[in-house]
Amino acid sequence: MVKYDQLIFEISKEGRKGYAFPGCKVDNVNLDEVIPSALRRGTEIVLPEVSEPQLVRHYTQVSMKNFGVDTGFYPLGSCTMKYNPKINEDMASLPKFSALHPHQEERTVQGALELMHNLSGMLSEIGGMDAFSLQPAAGAQGELAGLMIIKAYHEKRGDFKRTKIIVPDSAHGTNPASAHVAGFDVVEIKSTRDGAIDIENLKAALNDEIAGLMLTNPSTLGLFEKNIVEIAKLVHEAGGQLYYDGANLNAIMGQTRPGDMGFDVVHYNLHKTFTTPHGGGGPGSGPVGVKKHLEPFLPKPVVTKVGDIFKLDNDRPDSIGRLKSFNGNFGILVRAYTYILTMGAEGLTRVSEMAVLNANYIQEKLKAHYTLPVDTICKHEFVLAGLKNELSTCSTLDVAKRLLDHGYHPPTIYFPLIVPNAIMIEPTETESLETLDAFIDVMIQISKEADENPELLKNAPTTTVIRRVDEVMAARSPILKWEKQ
Amino acid sequence: MRFPYIPNTKQDEEKMLKVLGLDSVDRLFDDIPESIKLGRRLNLDVPRSESEVSKMVKHLANKNLSTEELVCFRGAGAYDHAIPSVVHHLISRSEFYTAYTPYQPEISQGTLQAIFEYQTMIANITGMNVANASMYDGASATAEAAMLASANQKGDTILISETVNPEIRDVVKTYMRFYNVKVVEVPSKDGLTDMDALRETASADTVGVIIQTPNFFGNIEDCTEAVEIAHENKALFIMNVDPISLGLLKTPGEYGADIAVGEGQVLGNSLNFGGPYLGFMASSTKQMRKLPGRIVGQTVDLDGKRAFTLTLQAREQHIRREKATSNICSNQALNALAATIYMGLLGKEGMAEVAEQSATKAYYAKQELIKTGKFRSVHDAPFFREFVLETDIDIEDLNKQLADKGFLGGYNLGKDYPSDKNRVLFCVTEKRTKDEIDCLVKAMEEITW
Repeated sequence: MVKYDQLIFEISKEGRKGYAFPGCKVDNVNLDEVIPSALRRGTEIVLPEVSEPQLVRHYTQVSMKNFGVDTGFYPLGSCTMKYNPKINEDMASLPKFSALHPHQEERTVQGALELMHNLSGMLSEIGGMDAFSLQPAAGAQGELAGLMIIKAYHEKRGDFKRTKIIVPDSAHGTNPASAHVAGFDVVEIKSTRDGAIDIENLKAALNDEIAGLMLTNPSTLGLFEKNIVEIAKLVHEAGGQLYYDGANLNAIMGQTRPGDMGFDVVHYNLHKTFTTPHGGGGPGSGPVGVKKHLEPFLPKPVVTKVGDIFKLDNDRPDSIGRLKSFNGNFGILVRAYTYILTMGAEGLTRVSEMAVLNANYIQEKLKAHYTLPVDTICKHEFVLAGLKNELSTCSTLDVAKRLLDHGYHPPTIYFPLIVPNAIMIEPTETESLETLDAFIDVMIQISKEADENPELLKNAPTTTVIRRVDEVMAARSPILKWEKQ
Repeated sequence: MRFPYIPNTKQDEEKMLKVLGLDSVDRLFDDIPESIKLGRRLNLDVPRSESEVSKMVKHLANKNLSTEELVCFRGAGAYDHAIPSVVHHLISRSEFYTAYTPYQPEISQGTLQAIFEYQTMIANITGMNVANASMYDGASATAEAAMLASANQKGDTILISETVNPEIRDVVKTYMRFYNVKVVEVPSKDGLTDMDALRETASADTVGVIIQTPNFFGNIEDCTEAVEIAHENKALFIMNVDPISLGLLKTPGEYGADIAVGEGQVLGNSLNFGGPYLGFMASSTKQMRKLPGRIVGQTVDLDGKRAFTLTLQAREQHIRREKATSNICSNQALNALAATIYMGLLGKEGMAEVAEQSATKAYYAKQELIKTGKFRSVHDAPFFREFVLETDIDIEDLNKQLADKGFLGGYNLGKDYPSDKNRVLFCVTEKRTKDEIDCLVKAMEEITW
């Protein structure tokens, strides 16, 4: 069945229909009379013509060429690919949520606004922040919102000199890109060998042109930034603000909070820590939270409560403005809210404990077979620097591709950039010990295969629906759409 | 305490701790300095069972009145089109929704092929050469198009018509304020962009001209002159279009637009109180390598078999970092899948029919509402699915009375345009039956004016 290899356009046949409309029944309007031909489409719409059962079978077959968390272990570092509880989907599909028009009068959407208000409060408590806007559509937009807030804050104080953001070289690519889009210049600082902030480098970079520092903690190496209190102090003394990228929040819930570490602004990825599905690349949600002094700058609208009534507050003169239409990715908020209600305080604390335990267990078992650059207790993920045998002809990519033959989604590879041949493993708390043990066995077996039979790795995968793809050809002469033959 | 989503048993935990040489899970957090340890229970509720949670969430849901109870005549950026059942069923296949960005093409051909089909459909419906794999929503896609223009064209000013949806203009202004690009609004005349004003405003400093059609008032803009003006000033012409309307109306490709963007919610995505939706972006071949976001291309695997993969990644943030002109990463893949399924199911005839029925019923509703004698037409321009009427009653009051009769009335334009007090923007999609329109008209006759 995985041999199915057709595009929806290729099963099309003239005259087939997949959908019936209600009759129009309006007989006294002639569109030809009211909309002149100069405003009308003159070219054919090239779309498929298929019946409903054909379409259903097509996309079912297509879906089977995919690997998701429900299919198997997905230890994709920095992405927190945990199980997506099914009740979350049911709650988000309730018609009284999914069929709400975003421009409805507030009195008809009090339940939705109450949910948003409650969720903001929960997110504030989890992160030790004072206020949240649920508007950003994804992590990268949350970052952008946070940086705009920092800029607006400085400008409101009449300080226009602060045009630079410090980003460590271990950061995710969206960090420097977001800083650029927010109109900042990026000052990249070199991290220490173990992926931490180099305090001397930080001191050297700090001055009155620095608007802030972007940081993940735990770092992208999965290690807790032990000097965080001093870092926060240094940045604040220099007049800067501290930005927390919540990508790694899954490690610390119930243990410590970005707000208590000294961060002024944070974003979370609800699709990571709070189990909303990754969707094949979204939709996510990237709420942005702040300390009191930054609250006026939050993107609008913000949900507020006046007496017993919930409102969407758009009257926020110092707000950075809107980042998208309407009220955020509400459907995702419903899922995250459902999850937090399910887990409660004890559950979320347990989540981080088990996420960290699982990561350390794999790290301990693999360090004899792969290079572990920093051998210490990690948090929810860890980074290997490729195969232990430096003379191996096999690359990190080969290891990843061989994992496919064994039925695993590979870890994140070649990130963070500061670790050569990086293999970044994040098991999450929703995996069983049996799964971890089986994965460990396969990883060890692959490291042996690399020595004994490297071709097995280099030719991998051989059991998937396609083998390795020609990416050079894809980029050199791009074919980005299907063309009628 | 045990949690259904966490498989480790107490014995598992002990076994793992033993391997690590630790006596307790707490030791795993010894690297966190004492001074910043929480040291208390998170102030959240206790864990709850599925049935308890379901009850709590439904309790909130039941405080809402949705478009299932209120017959919806409101649009203004989000539209109540019919959504075929198969859309929800297919996007609920967990091979799709529990996967992530298709970094490993060998086990992600499902998502990659679906995006390739999506790109084809968006390119074809807009008449553009290429499309990317989706954006957050129509508003931010418009802002991203403005960023693209600013990064690549000479000048420092974006021109945007006053007839563009106010929320889209707000988003463009937010992005441009921080990107240090000026935004100048081009005034409207009789519900359409004032082309003379556009010609006067455009200059060598203009990097992009943004027009929306059908515009916020539902009126169809003739973009012929706007394209000329943009190109004479070496600016990009950015057209924000409604994809449903393109079953009937002249496409960005036919106008010669450089970039087409828009809100894709109408393509099989639920109203969801405003999100998640999807934005789309399509362009001429010339702009292809400047597009933000993911793009999927066709190639072959080692055996020469057709395969799909993420491509042209040299444009993206993970490669370019601070030199990237967009920071967009994951966005709305599952919504794009819904759009693909929707367009695939409706096909070429269905996409034309949904457009024609929406327009026909909108024209009918307008004429019938005017016949009541309580409304006056405001614009004479051809429109698509929405139209503006003026009345003597306060619109909030009108809508309150309509809600009592089971209708979600039109959008109150006075909220955005102070000069448009007592003006209301009605929306009619193909989903509204003639009977429902007649009932709305009848309800208007009963309302106290």
